[in-house]
Amino acid sequence: MEMRAVYAECLAEMMEKDKHVCVLDADLAKASGTLNLYKRFPEQMFDCGVAEQNMASIAAGLASYGFKPWIESFTPFATRRICDQVAISIAYAKSNVKIVGTDPGISAELNGGTHMSMEDIGVLRSIPGMVIYEPVDEVQLRAAMPVLAAYEGPVYVRLFRKELPKVFGEGYKFDLFKADTLKEGKDLSIFVSGMLTADVVEAGKLLAAEGIDAEIINVHTIKPIDRETVIASARKTGTVLTVENHNVIGGLQSAVLEALAAEKIPVTAVGVEDRFGEVGKLPYLREAMGLTVENIVAHARKAVSLK
Amino acid sequence: MNTDLREICKDIRCDLMTSLGHLGVGHVGGCLSIVELLAVLYFKEMNIDPKNPKMAGRDRFICSKGHAGPAVYSTLANRGYFDKKELLTLNQGGTNLPSHCDMNRTIGIDMTTGSLGQGFSCSVGVALGSKVEKDGATIYALIGDGESQEGQIWEAAMFAAAKKLDNLIAFTDYNKMQIDGTTDEVNSIAPLAEKWAAFGWNVIEVEDGNDIEQVEEAVKHAKLGRGSGKPTMVILNTLKGCGVQWVVDLGTGNHNCPVTEEQAKAAVREIRGEE
Repeated sequence: MEMRAVYAECLAEMMEKDKHVCVLDADLAKASGTLNLYKRFPEQMFDCGVAEQNMASIAAGLASYGFKPWIESFTPFATRRICDQVAISIAYAKSNVKIVGTDPGISAELNGGTHMSMEDIGVLRSIPGMVIYEPVDEVQLRAAMPVLAAYEGPVYVRLFRKELPKVFGEGYKFDLFKADTLKEGKDLSIFVSGMLTADVVEAGKLLAAEGIDAEIINVHTIKPIDRETVIASARKTGTVLTVENHNVIGGLQSAVLEALAAEKIPVTAVGVEDRFGEVGKLPYLREAMGLTVENIVAHARKAVSLK
Repeated sequence: MNTDLREICKDIRCDLMTSLGHLGVGHVGGCLSIVELLAVLYFKEMNIDPKNPKMAGRDRFICSKGHAGPAVYSTLANRGYFDKKELLTLNQGGTNLPSHCDMNRTIGIDMTTGSLGQGFSCSVGVALGSKVEKDGATIYALIGDGESQEGQIWEAAMFAAAKKLDNLIAFTDYNKMQIDGTTDEVNSIAPLAEKWAAFGWNVIEVEDGNDIEQVEEAVKHAKLGRGSGKPTMVILNTLKGCGVQWVVDLGTGNHNCPVTEEQAKAAVREIRGEE
């Protein structure tokens, strides 16, 4: 099932139960998978047209009136384009607004460089009070949605909108502030978020065949990062690799480095090397940005060699 | 509650100047220009209760030109939301009265504003919320003329008309001055009434936005807009610094300027007609 379909289903369940839950679009309801909710919930769905700044501040106004708004757009327009509205109308004003950015990083594919956000986590991570969550698969997203809704305050959801391979199984329990250890290991710690999590799991198998025992941890919440888990794992294995579909500056690597600032532990990164995106399909973009299983394996070997 | 709006305006202006003088600096001009509007709204028109500041279904006032916070605080104190002594904490470290409006700090403030353009969109969101709740509230918003250069104002204007938010009454403090010069010199917003009409709003122009009777009449008239399916814009032609001559004389220099305690005391005497 597509991630956006799961997301829309969860929203529909919430709107059914609570008439104060509402969704605001900026002419991308179709892309977000929520367009068909307009007929069902006419008093809870608002399309603001192509005006993201207005959408963000209207959501803050609705929140001040007791509503629980979710705003949606592509990642660059839900973050860098409306940074000040997110900072002031939402975060500074302590507005209970959820911000959903779809098509993070290279997943913007054919929309190309203008629509490809490599910096959204970095932009929002520097805003006080902002929680940043990046789902891994439909199982986690389904478990996360009610938790995000119950959290009073701004949350940014970095939503890959199409299908993703399942990483989590039945019975998965989601804790917004606790990273998930997918595999225990002793030779290195790999911290990963979002769509690349399944690739890291795959890389872990290849590494195991080489005799490298990787600990794999999904850092689904990049802010606030689960320092306890990150530090404990890094101390245990003595070397770290971060893997992210985002600029290596400002995103997961930076968050991990900040957590490990007082530790003498090497950190290596697979991510977008401080460059803009470009047009292409996922296989091409993975190669172009080095976001491949092979590159993850190569960097894991390098990380182990740094011990 | 005092109901003599002229006297109330004097009280608001005096307490405003005293608080700014105590601090030594502030957004004097654009605070003084909106006093008549604040008096009419808070002492006559708005369905509010200072003893129950979060009352459900109350009317709301959103000062999108958030730098006029000190004028709103003086109004709130005079209306009984908090003790007038608190006005002397304006902009001091740890105060509940920051230069720009903050709903999480100040009792009676309905929205956090200050980054220009945003508060107006927020007021549109509030008006939308009130429509959905069908609670009958009237939402009042105030924008600056310089602020009207923000693109977000026009995004919000378009949306409010499209959603037929006739429970929203907005005001422009058209004092025709901004930080770098007159609005005509910097980036003209004229013809303002035609712009709002073109965006689908009812428009009321007030020749003298510092004449209490004209403002009263305009707000009364604006309230008739409910049922029209259109939001209403009231353009208040105001004088930046109104009520204190030396502030008026500073012209565009009065946006944010020093105020000594002596100047504040002299201003109070001038407002009271004692000199």
